[in-house]
Amino acid sequence: MVYLDHAATTPMLPEAVQAMTAQLTVTGNASSLHAAGRRARRTVEEARESLAASLGARPSEVVFTAGGTEADNLAVKGLYWARRDAEPSRTRVLASPVEHHAVLDAVEWLAEHEGARVEWLPVDAHGRVHPDALRAAIATDPSDVALVTVMWANNEIGTVQPVTELAAVAREFDIPMHADAVQAFGQLEVDFGASGLAAMTVSGHKIGGPYGIGALLLGREYAPVPVLHGGGQERHVRSGTLDTPAIAAFAAAGRHAVAHREEFAREIGALRDELITAVRAAAPDAVLGGDPDPAGRLPANAHFSFPGCEGDSLLLLLDAQGIECSTGSACTAGVAQPSHVLLATGMEPDLARGTLRFSLGHTSTKEDVTALAEAIGPVVERARSAGLS
Amino acid sequence: MTDAPRRLRVLAAMSGGVDSAVAAARAAEAGHDVTGVHLALSENPKSFRTGARGCCTIEDSHDARRAADVIGIPFYVWDLAERFREDVVDDFVAEYEAGRTPNPCLRCNEKIKFAALLDKALALGFDAVCTGHYATVVTREDGTRELHRASDMAKDQSYVLGVLDERQLAHAMFPLGDTLTTKAEIREEAARRGLFVAKKPDSHDICFIADGDTQGFLAKRLGRAEGDIVDESGTKLGTHEGAYGYTIGQRKGLRIGTPAADGKPRYVLDISPVDNTVTVGPAEALDVTALTAIRPRWCGTAPAGPGTYTAQLRAHGDETEVTAEPTEDGLTVTFTEPVRGVAPGQAIVLYDGTRVVGSATIATTRRATAGSAH
Repeated sequence: MVYLDHAATTPMLPEAVQAMTAQLTVTGNASSLHAAGRRARRTVEEARESLAASLGARPSEVVFTAGGTEADNLAVKGLYWARRDAEPSRTRVLASPVEHHAVLDAVEWLAEHEGARVEWLPVDAHGRVHPDALRAAIATDPSDVALVTVMWANNEIGTVQPVTELAAVAREFDIPMHADAVQAFGQLEVDFGASGLAAMTVSGHKIGGPYGIGALLLGREYAPVPVLHGGGQERHVRSGTLDTPAIAAFAAAGRHAVAHREEFAREIGALRDELITAVRAAAPDAVLGGDPDPAGRLPANAHFSFPGCEGDSLLLLLDAQGIECSTGSACTAGVAQPSHVLLATGMEPDLARGTLRFSLGHTSTKEDVTALAEAIGPVVERARSAGLS
Repeated sequence: MTDAPRRLRVLAAMSGGVDSAVAAARAAEAGHDVTGVHLALSENPKSFRTGARGCCTIEDSHDARRAADVIGIPFYVWDLAERFREDVVDDFVAEYEAGRTPNPCLRCNEKIKFAALLDKALALGFDAVCTGHYATVVTREDGTRELHRASDMAKDQSYVLGVLDERQLAHAMFPLGDTLTTKAEIREEAARRGLFVAKKPDSHDICFIADGDTQGFLAKRLGRAEGDIVDESGTKLGTHEGAYGYTIGQRKGLRIGTPAADGKPRYVLDISPVDNTVTVGPAEALDVTALTAIRPRWCGTAPAGPGTYTAQLRAHGDETEVTAEPTEDGLTVTFTEPVRGVAPGQAIVLYDGTRVVGSATIATTRRATAGSAH
């Protein structure tokens, strides 16, 4: 198998597997007072300290969740509710239109059910929000904005946002900003403390940790209204018994990701550049999605649109040859939809239907790229003959 | 006359039901390289099935995916909702509006499963489309193919496949066609294969009318159009809310106040969209002796001249002997014995023994009662 879908999920690192399995064999609820509880709590808190160190945060700023989606929901809904409750006039939400559905749909839910007025920030042809655009959006009425949310790097086209600059603008107006850094963590330098963000989402299984674990990095001055109520764990912001094995493994993966980040980004970036060159050579009319400047995109991401092709057809044909990738966009009832990210960048809907995202990871090799290079030309030709239905 | 064993690339249409799941499993077990595909045919799919009606809910799509995963084949959902609406649903409504009685399943097989789907499959390098229909494909010595009734006449679905031409048949695979087993045994086979759809209820009625209320469905699209219900002499007997709500041969729901003079039940004899009138009369007046049909589809070359065949006029209908002759734009059919309940819009499928010869859409019928042609 040629696995080119690491942005969907990447194999667990051996040290994460080891940390997890070690914890799975012992008992203890981190909230219990007895010895078993104390042991679990120590593991959790050491993991919290480790993850905080990996992300330039203070341990008290780490709120463990059951994954990226939950962290995004907690940040978007919780911060909105808290701000609106404190100042009822604050109902405006400024969001980029290229967000992951975990943010996008949470924002739309607030608009439908909680009286939020959503303003989608303009993006350029690479899907990037410019700080001036954020400033202009806030300036129409700085007193009615509840929240800004712009992802650190895009999961489909890999575009990196100027998060620090954007956060600085939000901070000028005392508006909390959240960033979904699920794809950025492990590929870019992600320093929560230096970013100026109020909240930031990270996820375990995208960096070689386990599924079902994530965290919201949350500035100490913010108290979002909880989405989950219960035992009051995690600063009373996220109730629920802590998942000690997953937390330990997440921290182990985080340590690995940060320790090897520069070398990984350099090597994977070079392999990604080879992949782009190979695909372009085999399919000269392929359109590279996102920023062509390597400095402006995730080093492991390559994204293409193939004119006249259905993304699903391309996927099927590559899958039949043992090459696994993604169209990059979400499905509705299993039916591929043109990506909202590409539509936001101004791409024609027909072209936006013929996309493939190739994402590399820690197990990717030169052979993977060679296999794709050999397959992609005939696959594109065949998919084009099947056309758009 | 059986196929030489050759590994084919097969696209299995999987509705989420038990038949198509077992068909895909059998194709895979026969050594073919099978990929499953669920057709999303509804533009606004509902989340869950309700009872035995309808299809294309998200739950059906999930069931099909689950079955494909168990069989161990790739699975995709293809959105053919727009094509389905244009070619099947809109046509269905237009046919009723014109006073005819269409069969959307034939239309779907002709235009969607063995056209839109097949064409895309062939373009993508597949050799055949596989479905869970009960019918048999026989390959002649010259390589051309014939469609035959299923081995088990009780389950035979060759009627709804009667629209397939030779090219479509050349790429059709029906792994259930030679099954001499009961539905219960098919369900057992599904269970044995670990396919949990084994216990799923069969689908009935028209898939895109989930609540089974065809009249309500048509009323929503065509609106209310009050008109007269008259007898054969033209005397008004009552009022209807839309002539499209009636089918020739229908007896129930006529809502006529006064009984017939002879006390016998009355049936719908004719639907006239031009003056929005429904004509009713006695059962004898339903007797049809001959018909003309249009849009012929032949499984192979068209017959050169008149011939004697058996004909089937509706799904699960009985066979009846006919003489049929191709004309310039269709065919004329004479029944050996008069038949009842023949409506324009229905498909007539001609058989030579178990072999499907072809089909056409009924345009006009000649009644046994003197002078009434409809």
